[in-house]
Amino acid sequence: MTVEPMAEPRDHFEATIAADQRIEPRDWMPEGYRKTMVRQIAQHAHSEIIGMQPEGNWITRAPSLRRKAILLAKVQDEAGHGLYLYSAAETLGVDRSDLVEKLITGRQKYSSIFNYPTLSFADVGVIGWLVDGAAICNQVPLCRSSYGPYARAMIRICKEESFHQRQGYELLMTMMSGTQAQRDMVQDATNRWWWPSLMMFGPPDEESPNTAQSMAWKIKRHTNDELRQRFVDMTVPQADKLGVTLPDPDLRWNAERGHYDFGAVDWSEFKRVIAGDGPCNAERIAHRRRAHEDGAWVRAAASAHAAKRAERVKEAAR
Amino acid sequence: MFDNAYEALNAEGDTRWAFGTGFADPLSGMDTAVPAGVDAADLAAYCLMLGDDALIMSHRLQQWCTCAPELEDEVALANIGLDLLGQARLLLARAGKADGSGRGEDELAFFRSDREFRNVRLAEVTNGDFAFCVARLLVFATWRLALMQRLVDSDDPVLAAIAAKAVKELAYHRDYAARWVVRLGDGTELSHARMRNGLDAVWSYVEELFAAHPVERRVGVDPSTVRAEFDGVLTEVLAAATLSRPEVDGLAGVSGHSGRDGVHTEAMGYLLAELQSVARAHQDATW
Repeated sequence: MTVEPMAEPRDHFEATIAADQRIEPRDWMPEGYRKTMVRQIAQHAHSEIIGMQPEGNWITRAPSLRRKAILLAKVQDEAGHGLYLYSAAETLGVDRSDLVEKLITGRQKYSSIFNYPTLSFADVGVIGWLVDGAAICNQVPLCRSSYGPYARAMIRICKEESFHQRQGYELLMTMMSGTQAQRDMVQDATNRWWWPSLMMFGPPDEESPNTAQSMAWKIKRHTNDELRQRFVDMTVPQADKLGVTLPDPDLRWNAERGHYDFGAVDWSEFKRVIAGDGPCNAERIAHRRRAHEDGAWVRAAASAHAAKRAERVKEAAR
Repeated sequence: MFDNAYEALNAEGDTRWAFGTGFADPLSGMDTAVPAGVDAADLAAYCLMLGDDALIMSHRLQQWCTCAPELEDEVALANIGLDLLGQARLLLARAGKADGSGRGEDELAFFRSDREFRNVRLAEVTNGDFAFCVARLLVFATWRLALMQRLVDSDDPVLAAIAAKAVKELAYHRDYAARWVVRLGDGTELSHARMRNGLDAVWSYVEELFAAHPVERRVGVDPSTVRAEFDGVLTEVLAAATLSRPEVDGLAGVSGHSGRDGVHTEAMGYLLAELQSVARAHQDATW
């Protein structure tokens, strides 16, 4: 079923949303919808790009050539995700270079999880398992986002994220069947990443002011707390199977609710990290800014060369 | 509504890993017997040389990760690093099989000292700016492509198969590097000067690439036979880039010894310290 064109563009927009159809770049959309989509897609793109740093940290030190290849390919995938997410954002009339500028000047955010440090090779596995796992829980519903270019980008991204997530878990399974030192590394990494992973779903519903509008526009399909609960329910059996303990004394099955109860997230830490005072915020942005500035002369040269070539083609045609 | 792959982790058996987990041996399924008439020790030494070139060059490209001037180049440099890492894995595995030592790719990559590495010095030199990066890549890929095109006819079918795969990859690496050398050379005044400096810095390591080691003469391709082809490609690219050929002399070795003999630059020790640190801290571990 497609929505018939309507005289009033707003009616067309409302009817498209109501019929669960996609809004496309040339469709009329409310300014608030456009702004929200730009912000959401840009933040997602920035997260992919900044997210390359914590894992990229271990590429040159990966302890086997196979793990090195897996990790390098994964970080490369993240650059690719960033590329097509920036492209999706550009369909809304913004420019990639402006978005990058906003990232490196701190005017647009990225996922707070990447402001935590990677301290051992086990972190590579735990990021795959928990961080990519949480990302998948957040992102799979976005494949049905009402904005077409974003929804389509998310389908491919989710497939690749699922692959990364399995690779991470498989690394942990291998490490858990290795030496005691390796098992200790996995447990330590799990302890450090568990709570930040739960924070990835965003603030509790009662403190999430944009949720209602985003759900009405079908940009968002589930609330933060729903997704967080779902993630906990799925992860506990995986932790058992792996043989690690999740660092939460209040974590237990609640038969009445049919869900796991879990302890309170330290939202004060979340707020500090969001505000810029996480362990690595300054470092991550400084690194991104340095790479961007170091590359300025290269991009300028590429533009100058392209202009010279275009000029030569014109000359030849005269 | 939560139809996602995260749930699938609890499934039993290896099928949940999409493609299984049995990738321990990169030469799995191949006949690795050394053919009659091929000296096994020479073949192993030669595969180490080619494998170390790829492994060490890949390491320098890995260090570019998150530092590239544009996202497209982030993807491209990682891709080239991955290709070379793949070549290194196959060649090191071939070396370990051919010399009968039973050493796998990881044992060779992580548990040899710098004096046992056989790569040319060009591959190990510390990274410079992006112009240095593409200058080195152009020289490396042009030289290696010429060698691999000939190794497709190697008497060792394993090496011939590895070369056939490498040729396709290196043709792209050379193309990528050549395009950037042209853009930077024929870009702005600043980029032209930087490209000039990058080429000059790389050029002192070029002579070594074409100095034949006895093993190369006996079992592989004598690199001096591909010099003319290399010069032809470089002349063409440099002309398009409005750059002249560097007039920089090659670096001497130490008592005539250099990379192929295991005599490296000071940068090599730091490179291996980084590459080998985790593997050496956990010698009994499996990854």
